[in-house]
Amino acid sequence: MATRQTQLLARALMSPAVILLFIWMIVPLALTIYFSTLHYSLLDPGSESFVGLENFEYFLTDPAFLASLQNTLVLVGSVLLLTIGLGIPLAILLDQPVIGRNFIRLMVIAPFFVMPTVSALVWKNLLMHPVSGLFAWIATSLGLTPIDWFTDAPLLAVIFIVAWQWLPFATLILLTALQSLDEEQKEAAEMDGASALSRFIYLTVPHLARPITVVILIETIFLLTVFAEIFVTTGGGPGLQTTNIAFLVYSQALIQFDVGTASAGGLVAVVIANIVAFFLVRIVGRNLEA
Amino acid sequence: MGRITLEGVQKSFGPVHIIKGVDLDIPDGAFVVFVGPSGCGKTTLLRLIAGLEDVSGGRILIDGNNVVDVPPAKRGLSMVFQSYALYPHMSVRGNIAFGLKMAGLPKAEINQKVEAAAATLNLTPYLDRKPRELSGGQRQRVAIGRAIVREPKAFLFDEPLSNLDAALRVQMRLEVTRLQKQLGTTAIYVTHDQVEAMTMADKIVVLNAGRIEQYGSPIELYQRPANLFVAGFIGSPKMNFIVGEEASRRGATTIGVRPEHIAIVEDGGEGWRGKVLIAEHLGSDTFLYVDAGALGTLTVRCVGEKRLSAGDAVTLRPEPNRIYRFDDSGHSIFA
Repeated sequence: MATRQTQLLARALMSPAVILLFIWMIVPLALTIYFSTLHYSLLDPGSESFVGLENFEYFLTDPAFLASLQNTLVLVGSVLLLTIGLGIPLAILLDQPVIGRNFIRLMVIAPFFVMPTVSALVWKNLLMHPVSGLFAWIATSLGLTPIDWFTDAPLLAVIFIVAWQWLPFATLILLTALQSLDEEQKEAAEMDGASALSRFIYLTVPHLARPITVVILIETIFLLTVFAEIFVTTGGGPGLQTTNIAFLVYSQALIQFDVGTASAGGLVAVVIANIVAFFLVRIVGRNLEA
Repeated sequence: MGRITLEGVQKSFGPVHIIKGVDLDIPDGAFVVFVGPSGCGKTTLLRLIAGLEDVSGGRILIDGNNVVDVPPAKRGLSMVFQSYALYPHMSVRGNIAFGLKMAGLPKAEINQKVEAAAATLNLTPYLDRKPRELSGGQRQRVAIGRAIVREPKAFLFDEPLSNLDAALRVQMRLEVTRLQKQLGTTAIYVTHDQVEAMTMADKIVVLNAGRIEQYGSPIELYQRPANLFVAGFIGSPKMNFIVGEEASRRGATTIGVRPEHIAIVEDGGEGWRGKVLIAEHLGSDTFLYVDAGALGTLTVRCVGEKRLSAGDAVTLRPEPNRIYRFDDSGHSIFA
C-alpha cells in the first residue's frame, strides 16, 4: 500500500513526533555548543564573553580529565566483567528446576528496581560503613580489621555498588537466552558423550554469545554516565579517585560554577561515548549479524 | 553386535503409566520400526533405550548386558532426533566430529572418519557450511552422519523424516534403508506413519497405549493382524469393519475387509449393495466411499480409473478368503 498518498499521509502524521523529538534533542545540544565557546561563570552572571575553543583547552589539559577518563573506563570494564562473569553462573542456577523458582527469580531481579540513589545509600550506610556496616560487623566478628571502603578502595566500592545494580539485568537477559536453548541439542550432546562441562563450553557459551553482546552494548551506554552512585557515596573523592567524566562535568558546572568549561566537557564526553561505541560495535557487533 | 532386549520395561511419569510392561527382542542387524498413534509411548520407549529417560521397572539389555544404570553415551547407541538437533554454531564437519572429539580420538583419525561418513552421505561439498545454510534434506543427512560416524551398536531414529516434504521423505526413506543394509547396524525407527513402517521395516512393533499389540514382519502384520487395532492401523486406506448379522453369519463379532479386497461387480449376482457417496480419483487407484445400508460406510479401492461418481448404485463382493474375523475381545479368529 505504498502509494504516494499513503506515504504523504504517513509523513504528515509522523512529523509532529519527529519534529518534537528533534527540537528536544537539538536545542540542548546547540545551547551546549554555544555555551562551550563562552566565558560563562555562574558567580559572575551577565559578563559572558566569546572565548573560542579556550574552554576545551582548559578541560582537556586539566589533570583531572585524564584521571577521570581512566576511572570511567575502569568502572565500565570492571562492571561489565563482574555482571557477565557472575551473570552466567547465576542464570544457569536460576534455570534449574528448584522449589520456589519464581520467588527466587523475583528476588534476584529486585536490585534492578531500586533507584541508584537509594541503593548507593544502603550500601554506604548499612553495608560498607566502617563502623556500623554489615561488612564491618562480619570482619570484627571474624577478628579482622574492617575495611574503610570509601577511603581505602573507593573506586572498587563504587564498582561493587554499580555491579550489584546491573547484575540482575545481565542475569535476566542471559536466563531468557538459556531457556531458548534447544532441549534436543543438549540431549544430542549427551548422546555424543559430552560431559556437563563440555556441553557448557560447546553448546551454552556459543548460544550465549549474542545475548552477551546485547548486555555489553546496553550496559556500556548506561555505565559511561554513572553519576548518582558516585555523588551519593564518595563525591568523586578522595581526591579524584572516583571522579568519572560525568562527575567531572558536574563538578565544573556546579562546584566550580564554570558553565563554559562544563559544556566543553559535556561535548568531549559525547565524543568519547562515540569512540567507545565505534570500537564496541566493531568488536562485538559482528555477533549481532546473521 | 547390537542385540537389544527389553524385559518388562515400564515407565511412569508420576501417576501416569506411559509404558506398561514391554518385552521385546531385537536381533542384531535388524531394522525395527515402532509404530503407533500419537501418545502410544513409542518415542518414550525409544528414549528409554537411549538412556535419555530412566526406566521405572524392568531391564534393558544390549548384547546381554543390563544397561539400565548406564549413562546414554556409554550405551554405544546413537540417535537421530526429529528436529535434527544439529549444533547451530558448528560447521557440518564440527557437528559430525563432535562425538569423536568428545571420545578423545586423535585428530587425523577423526578427520578420516568424518570424510568417510560425508562421502557416504554426499555431504563432502558442504563440510564447511553451517547447518542454517543447508536444506532440510541436507540437515537430515548431517544428523545421520553424526550418528553413523561413531559406529554405534544401534541407531535410534525418532521420527526423522516428519519435517521433510513428501517427495524428499520418499527419497530419504530409501536412503536410510539402503544405508542401514549397507552398514548392517541394528536400527530402531519410530514413526506414526504406517507407510514408512511398512516400507522400511524388517519387523514392525505396533504399540498402543503403552503395550505391544503385535510384533512381526510387515507382511505378517498385513496378512495376519493379531487384533482389531493392528488390523485397523496397518494398511491404507483403513480396513472396513462390519458388525451385526453379517459378522455373526460368519461366526465372529466383527469382520474386517480391506478396501483392496472388495471388488465392484456388475454381473447382478451375490454381493453387498450400496450407493457411492464420494469417489476419489487418484489416477492409479480410485477410492470409493460406499453407503452400504446396514453395513455402514465401506471404503473400496479399485485399481485404475473407474468411471463411477457420487450417487451411482454398485454391488460389492468381498474376496471370501480375505475376510478377517474377530471375537468379542477384538482378537483375531484364524481358521
